This record gives sequence, structure tokens and C-alpha cells, in this order.
Amino acid sequence: MNNTKNTEAERLSFWEKIYIPEIAKGLGLTLKEMFKPKFTRQYPEERWEPEGSYRGRPVLVHEDSGERCVACGLCSRVCPALAIEVQAGETDKDKERFPAKFEINMLRCIYCGFCEEVCPEEAIVMSKDYELVFQSQQEAIMDKERLLVPVAQLQDRLEFLRQYR
Amino acid sequence: MPQIFIDGKKIETKAGKTIIEAAYENGMQVPHFCWHPELSVAGNCRMCLVEVGSPKRSADGSVELDENNNPVISYIPKLQIACGTPVSDGMYVNVNNAKVIEAQEAVMEFLLINHPLDCPICDEAGECKLQDYAFNHSNGESRFVETKNHKDKRQKWGPNVMYDAERCISCSRCIRYAQEVAKQDVLSFVQRGDHVTIKVADGEEFDNPYSMNVIEICPVGALTSPDFRFKSRVWDMSFNDSISFADSTGSNTKLGVRNNEILRVQPRTNMYVNKYWLSDDARLNHYDFVNQNRITEPMIRIDGKLEKVEWQDAIQETAIQINKFKPSEIFFLSSAKATNEDNYAFQKFARQVVKSNNIDFFSHIDKSFEDNFLGVADRSPNSNGATEILGGSQSSNYKVNELAGAISSGKIKCLIVMEEDFKHHEHIIEHLDKLELLVVMYYNHNAVTNKAHIVLAASTYAEIEGTYTNKDKRVQHFTPAIVTKENMRFMGLKMSRLDKFGSFNDRWTQHEARNCKQSWKIIQAVANAMNASWSYKRSEDIFEEISSKLMGFKNMNYDKLDLHQGLILYRADRPDPILNNYDSHVMKPE
Repeated sequence: MNNTKNTEAERLSFWEKIYIPEIAKGLGLTLKEMFKPKFTRQYPEERWEPEGSYRGRPVLVHEDSGERCVACGLCSRVCPALAIEVQAGETDKDKERFPAKFEINMLRCIYCGFCEEVCPEEAIVMSKDYELVFQSQQEAIMDKERLLVPVAQLQDRLEFLRQYR
Repeated sequence: MPQIFIDGKKIETKAGKTIIEAAYENGMQVPHFCWHPELSVAGNCRMCLVEVGSPKRSADGSVELDENNNPVISYIPKLQIACGTPVSDGMYVNVNNAKVIEAQEAVMEFLLINHPLDCPICDEAGECKLQDYAFNHSNGESRFVETKNHKDKRQKWGPNVMYDAERCISCSRCIRYAQEVAKQDVLSFVQRGDHVTIKVADGEEFDNPYSMNVIEICPVGALTSPDFRFKSRVWDMSFNDSISFADSTGSNTKLGVRNNEILRVQPRTNMYVNKYWLSDDARLNHYDFVNQNRITEPMIRIDGKLEKVEWQDAIQETAIQINKFKPSEIFFLSSAKATNEDNYAFQKFARQVVKSNNIDFFSHIDKSFEDNFLGVADRSPNSNGATEILGGSQSSNYKVNELAGAISSGKIKCLIVMEEDFKHHEHIIEHLDKLELLVVMYYNHNAVTNKAHIVLAASTYAEIEGTYTNKDKRVQHFTPAIVTKENMRFMGLKMSRLDKFGSFNDRWTQHEARNCKQSWKIIQAVANAMNASWSYKRSEDIFEEISSKLMGFKNMNYDKLDLHQGLILYRADRPDPILNNYDSHVMKPE
């Protein structure tokens, strides 16, 4: 760089050196922004409702007749982070298989959504739940009770998915 | 010898063979459902349709040639089934051309019309022939819009076989198996057309010692095992080659393991031993002891109670205690359930380190298992090997049937037991109280370990590498399937994906890596504590020594045993020919 002026003071022009016009310019910008719409959000009080395309915590769809999951184990197989464990059991229902145990380790989950994509029963979907805080490693392993969500709460996501089926 | 051409490749075969047999023996595949090399030909699945023809001949009998000097082939207008068409000299067969592929796709579409396609629920998924073929030989779409035919699910054919009529593709393999191999002719097709189903004869049950083999030969998930139903997905399990622990037949098996537990025992093809079959007893009754009630640590009796101790303390204590007795007061109880390697180390320890010749083993005879198929009365996997290794010539001072007397008269004061549970010899257990020292190497807590002064945790057959010698004196090599603290590093690549990559906070890997050791390793440690200098590192080192010292095992090594699927004692230089083993359906990818 061919710069012979070494200090900040040497590089500034006279008007810049006296600061006052620059301060006025800055205050002008601030004043202008005060009358524009706000982009920030008062988070804990004011919550963001994500779109159907949002990939939050994976959950199991719960219908009136029970869970949709038949414990085929494909989500567990496709999961790149090995977050899902499924143990099947036998029921008397028409679909003989059900998940006796279904656990997702949320410390392993990377929210890729492969489990949802591979599911043949549309039983596991990505919810809008993004508030995930745990106080211990054991607490982060979600069992069936915590994973089952009524189908009514998942309509947005299910509709979003249907566009791509 | 007829020569045939399959897809242009020249194949030499024997007269009387069918096209599918000739193809398989030369490593070529023809898609099929109902054909099985050990069963009669039914020809009802129509999956193996191929185009068959022969060179066209002119009126004078010479072969007609086209402009490129190739023979002109005249094909039979309709496709033929490869499983039912015998080969003839100069036959041309097309397995893979457009006409054949069209036929295969039509057959697949037809089979899938009434198939429920409930793969997510079905246990066969992942190792299903229909699933594989739907991927490889089907156009992937169904034109069937009507309602599928529903049939009865969950029918119990017998104590060990469940039938799901919907999934059945009516290949009749199970019917033919019941007639021809299991010799219990109780299965038959009933109804016709798309209502066809298989029924067990009224008032009968499909219940015989080999019933569960129909589960393996069933190409779909119509036949399942109540013992394994819904326990695990096949792709979550690891499958390692083993030898059946049930009896001296030495049936070749695969152990299906997940979470360090054996979930399934399946037959592995060995045409010289068990062919494709395995008895129900070998499948069901010889893995629970590996999973449950295990001795996980070495233990020493302190103030009348067995306390867990470190291995080195247990070994030191054993050596100190054994040194207190005269060699003639010690009896070494070897085992027909232990491998050749363990028996060799044990007898070497007795004869060269302790310098006692009191060594023998129990045989386990139960005549109720004897039949003219795979069943034998000898219930231990390695009695021939133990006999060969302990050696008839240097026979023991005391025989095993004199053991009870020798203990009660005080001639034997110390007993060292290797992998023996005293089954069929329970009357001796009460005499064990008179012993001054009882050292037991075993896997499970039982009446004998309850009396022991020192218990050394031994590994089961599923955790070790070694060889067994079966009833026909065939020495067979097997490898571990289950992880212990000792073999953990070696097992890394042999575990299933879940087991391999699980970490401490994954609940699915909360299995136990037991702190048990293979018997020869325990014996080596005790021998070295008694100033011997043994330095075996692997089972293979011991086997090398066996084959160099004992005539019966001459010229054998693990590689040769694997290659030939076992070698017969004294005949290692004349092995049986290596066969191209048929696999009906295997899980893909490996």
C-alpha cells in the first residue's frame, strides 16, 4: 500500500477532524430508524411460531387409536447420529408390531430429518419445538411418553410433507 | 458330459442336472422362489423362467451358420422353467435377455398382487427373498387397484412355527420340507386360485425336532419363529460363524447378536455335516446360558463366602493352593464341552506343570435325542476331540467313574474342573464337599460353583475362538460372536453398527462386557504363576502346537479348516472337495 500518512489523525480531513458533522449524521440515522418497523422480538414473552417447513425436535404422531409407529426400525437405521433406539413388541391389533420402547437421544440428534423422510407410516415428524434445555444427560433421552404428540398439533408439518410425497 | 451355454458362457455339466443346478454349480444365479437343492422340484413359482433353444440343423444334419459363422439358434417359443428342465448337450440358455426379464417382472407383479406389503411390520424384512427380487427383478409399480385378498394372520402351526397366510407366496417349500426332510407329512395347500393357503391337517400339529428349518427356507415372512418374533431387526444384529454347542453333530451355525446378547441361532450351510438344517433343540436351548446367570468375575471363598477378586489375585491364590498338594492327590476334570485348544492346555498343565496324570472327562449321553437325521445321543460338542487330545495311550491313573470313590476315600483331595457342569453325573456333586480344594472354571453359577473354593470365570463357546471335533471326527473352526473384556479389541469389527458406535450414555449399549477369560488363558496364567513359561498369544498358537505334536491333527491349521469347512482327524492331507454352497436368501448388504 502506497500510504505515506501513518496515523488516523493524518488521514482525516478537516471536517472529519472536528467530529460535529459526523455526530449529526449518526444521530440522523438513529432518528430515521426509530420510525421504521422493528425487527427484534421480546423473546421469552413474545414467541416465534415457525412455519411447517421448520425442523425442530422429532416427535411421534399420536392418533385417537394410538401411535402410528409400527417399530419397523428404519428411522433408527437411517439416523446418521444413532440417536434413535427402537425395541418392537407384539400387539393383538391389526398391525401386529408396536414400539415397546422408543427413545431419542436429543444430545445425539442433529435435526437432519432423515427419520421423518424414511418413515413408511408418517409416524415420526419434525415438530416446531425448538426450546430444548436439559439438566442432565439422562434427561435428554426422550422416551415414548415425551415423544408422543397429538396429531392435531402437527397438522402444519404433515401438510408441508404432503406437498413432497 | 453335456456342454451348455448360459448367456453365451460355456458350462460343462453332468447329464440329468437341471439348468438351475448347472448354473448354481458354476456360480451363476437364476432367480427362483420354490426351488431348493435339497427338496424335490415343484416348479410352481414360475420365477426361474428362461429361454431355451438349440442350434438349428439343415436337412443333412449339419448345423446352420449365420453370416458371422455363429450357429443359428432356434428357441422354444415359450419360456421354460430352469428348475424343471434337464440339460442336454449343446443347449443354449438365456437367463437375462429382454424376454426373460419381461417374464420375471410379470411374475413379480402377479406375486405382489395379494402380498400385503407390510414390510415395516414383517420380521423377514432385510433378509426377504421377495423384497430382494422386488428390488432387482420387478418394475417397481403395481397396476392393481382392487382390494387385496385378506387371509388369517398369526396361525400357530406348532410350538415353534407361526404362519401368516397373507404373506405366503405359495411356493410349497415348507410342504415339501415336511414331507421329504422332516418326514411329518401334515402340511398341504387348501382352496384354489388367490384363496390358496396352507393348512396343517386337522387334529395335527407341525411339531417335530426339525420344524424350525421351514422358517429359514420360507422365502418370505410367512413363517416366523415365536422365539424370535419382533425381538430385533436383522440389520441391527451381527452374525458370526459358530458351531452348535448342543451335541456332537457339530452343526454349523450363525449367532445373531445385538446388545451383546445372542438373540438367534441359525444354521449355516455345510454339506458335509448338517447340510442346510439345524435341530430345534440346537436353536432354542443353547444360548440362554450365554446370556444369563453368568459368572462375570473370578471369585475366591473367604470366610465361607465367594468374594469377587482381581484376576491376578485369583491366579496367585490358585497357584499357591495347588502347590500345597502332592500331584497324586490332584484330579483334573477336563471337558468334552471345551475346545481342543483348552483341553490341550489343560492336559499340558496337568502332565508337565503339576506332573500328575489324573486327567479325564465326563461324557454326556442322552439316548432320547438319537434319531436317523442330525440327532445323536452324545450331548457334548467335543468328546472326540477331548479323547484324541487327552490321549488313550497315556491314560489316567483314575478314570472319571472312579472319581466319586477316590474323593470319598480321601485319595483325591483337590479337584480342578474345567467347563464342566456335572450334568448327567449329578450324583458326584455331593461328594465334592469332602475335597480340600475345589477349583472351578465355568460360565454359570450352579451347584458345583456353590461348593467351589476358587471360581475362575470362563468364557463360553460364543466368546472364544477355537476348534471342536464332531462325531465324525471332523475338526471345525469357530470364531467369537460376543464381546468380553478380553476380546473387545478383536471384536470391534465384528459387532453390529449399534453396538460398535454406542457410547456410555446410550441406553442400548448398557450390555455387560464380562470379565471372563478363555480357559487356556486362565490355565496359562496359573501355569506361569507356578514357574512354567508358556507364551501362547492366540488360540491359533496352541492349535499349531497341537498339529505339530499330535498325529491326528497333522497338517491342520485354521485357514485350512475354514477353507474346507472342517478336516477329519488323520485325514487332513485328503480333504473333502470345496463346494459352491447354495444360499437361499442372505441379508444384503453384508
